[in-house]
Amino acid sequence: MRIAQDNTHTQYDKMRWIWIDKFVEFHSGERAVAVKNVTLAEEHLHDHFPGFPVMPETLCIEAMAQTSGILVGEAKNFQEKVVLAKIKKAVFFDYVKPGDTIKLDAKIESIAHEAATTSGKITCSDKLIAEIDLMFSHIDQNLAGKEFPEENFVFTDTFKSLMRGAAFDN
Amino acid sequence: MAMSQDEILQQVQEVMVDALGVDDDEVTAQATLMGDLGAESIDFLDIVFRLEKAFAIKIPREELFPAESLMNNPEFVNNGKLTETGLAELKNAMPHTDLAEFENDPDINKLGDLFTVGTIVNYVQIKLNAA
Repeated sequence: MRIAQDNTHTQYDKMRWIWIDKFVEFHSGERAVAVKNVTLAEEHLHDHFPGFPVMPETLCIEAMAQTSGILVGEAKNFQEKVVLAKIKKAVFFDYVKPGDTIKLDAKIESIAHEAATTSGKITCSDKLIAEIDLMFSHIDQNLAGKEFPEENFVFTDTFKSLMRGAAFDN
Repeated sequence: MAMSQDEILQQVQEVMVDALGVDDDEVTAQATLMGDLGAESIDFLDIVFRLEKAFAIKIPREELFPAESLMNNPEFVNNGKLTETGLAELKNAMPHTDLAEFENDPDINKLGDLFTVGTIVNYVQIKLNAA
């Protein structure tokens, strides 16, 4: 394994942000459940919207993308660079408000050499908030011949630390 | 259980509507995936996944949409056009496609137009018959 210390590596590391709090269930290659606690300390809620703070739906999709993306990455032992390729479906039924704990339940629908599809549900105290189906690309296997940095900039150690504490069922 | 061409077309239409977010009346047999229905490369994978599920078949990569592997081979492509060998290879790889018109001017930029809804229906029919 190459130890990468170049600028590209640093740059990608800076792009990484974590938008879920922890996994509460993890069934390798099949299903994962993560939670996120939503707080009014998140500054974007002050403007979205003034006097009516609700979690932006795009950020609900991001949380699901992280949950599903880690599930997909783990299925191939984090050897692939997994990137979100397509939002196949995103339907919202209710708002997420400060103080809510949302549960992100993701399932792998299909996984192949070059890509994977997932389906997911967001709930809050058993109430359905959203249904979000995604597609991920294993980018080294796609985009014919384009080269990406050798190190896996998607799954850094910080990202993997999220999985500590999850009840693993491998 | 044999499916008629119409039944296959109907299911393929559903797949396209779901995968590409198009209206069902846009998904005619003649519609090209990229030009008419706006499919991008990642959509092709999505379509393959959905077809596998809808028809309970296994679709080997590159079998339904073999163009990409051809284009990266200098033996098959010269000056933006498919060579004789390339054309023969394409014919071999896409028995489910009518290449008569393309042969007159095998410009690789027109390869995308070969992938029509009808091509997929033919492909699925061949697959189902072979099963």
